[in-house]
Amino acid sequence: MTRSILRRFRRRAATEGDGSATDDSATERDGSASEGDGAVTDGDASVTDGARDAAALPAVARADRFTNQDLLVEVSHGIGGHTGRLVMTTLGTVLGIASLVVTIGFAQTAAGQISRQFDAVAATQAVVKPETANSGGDEVATSTLPWDSPARVERLNGVERAGLIGEVPIGELQITAVPINDPSAPEVLSPTLLATSPGLLDAVRGEVRAGRYFDDGHDSRADRVAVIGVRAAEKLGINRVDSQPSIFIGERPYTVIGIVDGMERRPDLLDSVILPLGTARADFGLRSASELQLRIDAGAGPLVAKQAPIALDPNAPENFDVQAPRSGSSLQESVQADINVVFLILGVIALLAGGLGIANVTLLSVSERTGEIGLRRALGATSRQIARQFMVESVVIGLLGGLIGAAVGVFAVVVVALVQQWTPIIDLPMVFGAAVLGAVVGLGAGAYPARKASRIEPIAALRAGV
Amino acid sequence: MSQAPVVELIDVTRSFPGPPEVQALKGVNLAIDRGDYLSIVGPSGSGKSTLLNVLGLLDRPTVGEYRLGGVLTAALDEEARAGLRARTIGFVFQAFHLLPRRTVLDNVLLATLYSGVPRRERMPRAKAALDRVGLAHRMDFLPTTLSGGERQRVAVARAVMASPELILADEPTGNLDQQTSGEVMDLFEELNADGLSLVVITHDQHVADRARRSIRIADGRVSEL
Repeated sequence: MTRSILRRFRRRAATEGDGSATDDSATERDGSASEGDGAVTDGDASVTDGARDAAALPAVARADRFTNQDLLVEVSHGIGGHTGRLVMTTLGTVLGIASLVVTIGFAQTAAGQISRQFDAVAATQAVVKPETANSGGDEVATSTLPWDSPARVERLNGVERAGLIGEVPIGELQITAVPINDPSAPEVLSPTLLATSPGLLDAVRGEVRAGRYFDDGHDSRADRVAVIGVRAAEKLGINRVDSQPSIFIGERPYTVIGIVDGMERRPDLLDSVILPLGTARADFGLRSASELQLRIDAGAGPLVAKQAPIALDPNAPENFDVQAPRSGSSLQESVQADINVVFLILGVIALLAGGLGIANVTLLSVSERTGEIGLRRALGATSRQIARQFMVESVVIGLLGGLIGAAVGVFAVVVVALVQQWTPIIDLPMVFGAAVLGAVVGLGAGAYPARKASRIEPIAALRAGV
Repeated sequence: MSQAPVVELIDVTRSFPGPPEVQALKGVNLAIDRGDYLSIVGPSGSGKSTLLNVLGLLDRPTVGEYRLGGVLTAALDEEARAGLRARTIGFVFQAFHLLPRRTVLDNVLLATLYSGVPRRERMPRAKAALDRVGLAHRMDFLPTTLSGGERQRVAVARAVMASPELILADEPTGNLDQQTSGEVMDLFEELNADGLSLVVITHDQHVADRARRSIRIADGRVSEL
């Protein structure tokens, strides 16, 4: 009866490990046939016994435990021991990471080639048009550009210059240099008639060939002046403006004050006669401009596209259609979509092979170092510390392979780009990401060997020798 | 008897599940006091190694109790056992178990890694330990360049690094000739004279006879000689 109570008590002591229970077990032990005088019988001794229980396992200061620094030192020795093997182990990861970097790097470089061919002008030009809607088969503008549009948008960040253009309907009217109605003369196609705000010339990068462009004064007074495109001038037989030549629209005379050239974005201006907006409104009843041309800073496209409609009509910004160059990042997105899937898959396969290589060699290393593992366990290493050591070794090998592979990949892209006279474009985060990917592969590859190492029985391991 | 024994085995049985079930240790009772010098002899297969593993906290008894330095080990988890092992027991093996690519000094310092020896004391302690075994001049050598006796002395230096209470030596002279084994045993006895408990498992009757106390293990049972 007492024995069974004692036994139960002892079992609890085994889990709690407190001093009083130890006392009991000592008493019971006394009854059993123990050899020698080692058994403790008196109460005093069992008190010291209990005190020892607590004292024998003092907490070790954090700095004196097996720290990460210790771990790294052990790992570096573990890896550094076999240089030849290390090279072979990392090779798979190097190849995998390098092929990934090369694939992505080439895709970006090639896309860079394409985007370089983009017109530099196109990157700094934007157009705002009123949104159109279908009504009864006709395209009808749902809004109008206000006459002060240029002033409104020029206040925006990134907009350098803005100008309105409107097409002036002239119906049956002819534009001629001489007001002679010659019924026998063959009918010639007269130039188109456009009206612009004074700032348009700058907005579309036009240049004045002769004379000048009209200004705000002409515009507000609705002066009967005109500027003509260089090709229209040729057709009309006008090549100098110092003599103040006139042209006739219908029967109204307009003084030509300038001839303009350039204007790659609106080459039709070269074939046109251009009036100030004010003049067109007064003489031809122009109701609204059809588009707003903007010259913007490089890279300001997305910003302008967002803000210009609001500046034009804060109540209904959705009624304007903006064509602005895309930003660098959206260009990049399309670049990444172009990456060759086949090469990417090849790279991933190479990487998998590399991971398997690491796993294999780490496994080999575990079985080779069984003795070392046993020794470390005997010296007080826990199985978790052993697992961590092999895990970190494998991660370091993977990271090493990743770094070398990324470097090799970058080098390959640069060399090929140089030979082809391209501009190499390599995304730095991608390169570092690839190196880290190597470490991740190492992590995956090390999991199984590390588990195996941690499960090695120290007894068996110690017999194996180092 | 005012001090608790360093090692106390109470009715320890270790059986390996079969079939057939093998009882490598059968009801072993053993107490080793502080400063004891004990040799364990027995034919191979008698349970010597199992006893060593149980004593060294590398294995758990199936039945029975084991107190090491007064601590009831059955209640400890693996981590606590590793900590206790690191601080209480110094191992010396037949095959020396020195890492071949690390210097003698590194090998000795290895014992401080897991045992919580204060960092500042590690280097002086390692040098002192190597000095004590007479190998201070070999500190930067690789173990592979040392003789067998020297290697075992390095292993002894490593074993005493964490200032254990007990040295467990498994056939420490098994790979050594008569003269060097005598030297190594002399070294052990010096340590024992300083108060360390010493347990030597051996085949060698000469070595066993040097111990003050000797036990024989046969068929899993222990008898005092």
